Parts: sequence; structure tokens; C-alpha cells
Amino acid sequence: MKTITVRYFAMFREHAGVAEETLRLDARTAHDVFESTRARHGSTEPNGHCKVAINDHMADWDSPVNDGDTVLLFPPVAGG
Amino acid sequence: MIEVSDAPIDTAALQRSLTNPAAGGYCAFEGWVRNENEGHKVHRLEYEAYEPLVISEGEKVLAEARERFPYLEARCVHRVGLLELGECAVWIGVAAPHRDEAFKACRYIIDEIKVRLPIWKKEHYASGDSGWVNCERCAAHGFAD
Repeated sequence: MKTITVRYFAMFREHAGVAEETLRLDARTAHDVFESTRARHGSTEPNGHCKVAINDHMADWDSPVNDGDTVLLFPPVAGG
Repeated sequence: MIEVSDAPIDTAALQRSLTNPAAGGYCAFEGWVRNENEGHKVHRLEYEAYEPLVISEGEKVLAEARERFPYLEARCVHRVGLLELGECAVWIGVAAPHRDEAFKACRYIIDEIKVRLPIWKKEHYASGDSGWVNCERCAAHGFAD
């Protein structure tokens, strides 16, 4: 088990009801973290348009996560 | 240089900041708040950004643009917070030796910013409803109930 801090943005934050939470997770990758949080907040399917960052660096869904990491979950972006 | 601002964008001051004696062409793009999207009457927009990654990813975009279309100066400012109709939400300015690099670099920067930077747009509709732009798939399949 790893201690992971998850930060939610925009729509994700509104649905989670919190901006950030620290979880004990059996997660190997960023994707695993995403899956855990979606299960936790009541949803079913992955989304290819979302992005993820680990410790303030853009990451891939198969990037490994380590104990103490902060994982940032970004819903589809819409700048401009 | 890329910045996030919660205050109105002073486009004239930004343009002056790009002055360069070697520049023969200057191109700017302004993204404005529009009154409708996909059939919905839009009242105002709300932008949210995660600034640390907007800056780091935005600097990468500017560097890529310079490599492809060698320019002299470029700046970008993106607004956050509540914006009214007609307000400037994003400003990009590029000064280059010739117009071709200025046009192309400007286009490259706005196109990449729209798909890469962690910035989100919530539309507030005339009906009183609101919605996050581009999140339909999320709502249908993902995080949302």
C-alpha cells in the first residue's frame, strides 16, 4: 500500500466534493490511482481525454507512482 | 513568457513589450468570450488553471514554436476567474523578422495551448445552468455519477 495525495481539478473537484485527499492505495501506476478514485467517487469507465501529472510534472497513465507522490487528475482541458 | 492573470489583459502594453528593432512583422491573437456555444446562450465564462503546469507546459510550447518558426519575441497571457462577454480570455503576441514566422508561430502557440495546458472553461448559460466545456464524455462515461 502507498500513501498517495490526489488533487482534483474543475469538474473532477466538483464531483469528488474535495480539492484534495490523501489515500492509502494499492496502486502501481497513475492509471491505477485514477481507477481507484473513480470507483471511490462513483463512476465506471476510463477517459482517454483526461491528463495526469505526478508531483507537478506531466505524466502518462502508465507512469509509476511511489509512496508519498501527489497525483493531479485533469479533466479534458479547454483553454483559449 | 507565459502568464496567468485574474485581471483584464492590457493588450496595448503587451504589444509594446514585444518591441524589437529586428522585428519586421508582429502578429497577435485574442480569444474573446462569445455569447453562444453549441446552441446554448452563454452569459459569462469562468476559467480555472493550474498555474505551475500552465507555466512549465506553456514555456515548452513557446520553445517549440521558436524552433519551428524562429521568432524574436513572444508572450502569452491567459485569464482566470469570471469573464464577461467580449472580454479577452487569452492573448498571444509574436514579433519576428518577417510576417510568415509571426503568423505561424502565433497559430502554433494558440493551437497547442488549447489542447495541452491545464486550463478549464465553465460556461454559465442564460438559462442559469452551467457546464464544463469538453467534459461531455466525462459526464457520460467517467467521473461524473
